[in-house]
Amino acid sequence: MAVQEVQPALDAEKLRADFPIFEQRFHGKPLAYLDSAASAQKPRQVLEAMTRFYETSYSNVHRGVYELGERATEALEGAREKARGFVNARSEREIVFVRNATEALNLVAYAWGLSNLGPGDTVLVTELEHHSNFVPWQYVARRTGADFRVLPVTEAGELRLDLLDGFEGVKVVASGLVSNALGTINDVARIAAWAHERGAIHVCDGAQAAPHRRIDVQTLGTDFLAVSGHKLCGPSGIGFLWGRAELLQRMEPFLMGGHMIRKVTAEETTWAELPAKFEAGTSPTAEAVGLGAAIDYLEAVGLDAIERHERELAAYALEQLGELPGVTLYGPPCDRRAGIVSFNVAGVHPHDVAQLLDLDAVCIRAAHHCCQPLMRRLDVAATNRASFYLYNTRDEVDRLVAGVRRVIEIHA
Amino acid sequence: MSEFEDMYREVILDHYKNPRNYGRLEEPHAHAEGQNPLCGDEVSISLRFGEDGETIDDVRFEGRGCAISQAATSMLTDLVKGRTAASVAALPKEELLDEVGIRLTPIRLKCAILGLGVLKVALHRAKGTPLPDEWQGLDVA
Repeated sequence: MAVQEVQPALDAEKLRADFPIFEQRFHGKPLAYLDSAASAQKPRQVLEAMTRFYETSYSNVHRGVYELGERATEALEGAREKARGFVNARSEREIVFVRNATEALNLVAYAWGLSNLGPGDTVLVTELEHHSNFVPWQYVARRTGADFRVLPVTEAGELRLDLLDGFEGVKVVASGLVSNALGTINDVARIAAWAHERGAIHVCDGAQAAPHRRIDVQTLGTDFLAVSGHKLCGPSGIGFLWGRAELLQRMEPFLMGGHMIRKVTAEETTWAELPAKFEAGTSPTAEAVGLGAAIDYLEAVGLDAIERHERELAAYALEQLGELPGVTLYGPPCDRRAGIVSFNVAGVHPHDVAQLLDLDAVCIRAAHHCCQPLMRRLDVAATNRASFYLYNTRDEVDRLVAGVRRVIEIHA
Repeated sequence: MSEFEDMYREVILDHYKNPRNYGRLEEPHAHAEGQNPLCGDEVSISLRFGEDGETIDDVRFEGRGCAISQAATSMLTDLVKGRTAASVAALPKEELLDEVGIRLTPIRLKCAILGLGVLKVALHRAKGTPLPDEWQGLDVA
């Protein structure tokens, strides 16, 4: 591969103009949207691509022999090629469109898990996991009689990789690349290598990583990667699963119905080739087009520039919030953390913090972040979470900090 | 500040910081606990009936969570003391919300009525009174 040029720093103020949502005011103030870890806002480029597709190229895909049908199929497959390039997969056959990362992870848990797990096997997840990479495995382990085990984290929310060797009979390790709750960046290559040495597979939740940093599945080490479109400036209702072709080929299908078959008779049905085997029913075509446009958008801005920008904002927020009395910060140091800052204010529930910040049009998330086991580990019911993206500015961090300062004053 | 004061009026913050009927009863006649899965608010309620076996004689709650959930549960305990199990089981949430007295978004509404739901679960277990719709089908029997 050619040497990557260093991308210039991004200009968040300029990029904001691409996002119609920021034209509105909330409570009379410009929107400081610090909740992109939950879902990202959409640039005009994505919205226009979807509208244009509906207006000029829409029909059902795959079987239309008329020109319009071919146009729609081309749009869908064009989006698949963009998704392939986005994660540097070897082949577009390894890219399965799904609704979101949750569906991608369920696909693997069911389609791989149900026929490869049984009593005596261990399913290993981590305490950092989002429920989407935790609950499906817990459920499939119960269904198959496998043991379900959880790799703990340190106080700072980093995986205790030193404890890995204590787990036996492991057949699958499910872990995320970036923690949605704390921003922890995990050493997936090391965990996947550990899994492979034992003949286990590794399944990676990439939902929180893919929008914010460059991913290359050929060097990441994992066997499956789940990605949500809505977190990377694409529409809701579309995401993709990348999986190694040799594993996908051996797996049973997940959803049955149209398009995923080769031949159907009353006696037997045989499955279609990849990736159709995993794409039953009418595809979310306009959503895929939107996802493709979002990928183009991110690549034009530059993933490395996005990552650097968010890290600077997170470092600034950590420094500023850390100076406030009664504020507890969660998560690892900046160099091992993505653009996510999780914190609590002594004596004030996150809901009350978030509600007050909303009056300043500062949007943060106040919840368990779909990570109840992690919250229990940190001994909190919930945390406040500010998360950053390419359209956020230092000024918005200042507004966050000023709001938190006011919360502390009111509840003092 | 006015919008904030609308939402966190003095009485809410007072109940939050100085909750009424806080604690746990020894040998309660009815008990339940519940969570708001949206935000992890937790409330547990225990109560004892009077000599008639129907009137709520004493009620206590414990919990942790946002100001709305904890203040509303505190207010609820004041509201239901001296009422019968059947009347509390039928208590419309609007009566509690009037007491809370602030404009609530749908998300925060769930915080405000968490305690009421938990109380109705406790009464359901002890007296077989009906459950609110939002608790139907959950494992509360």
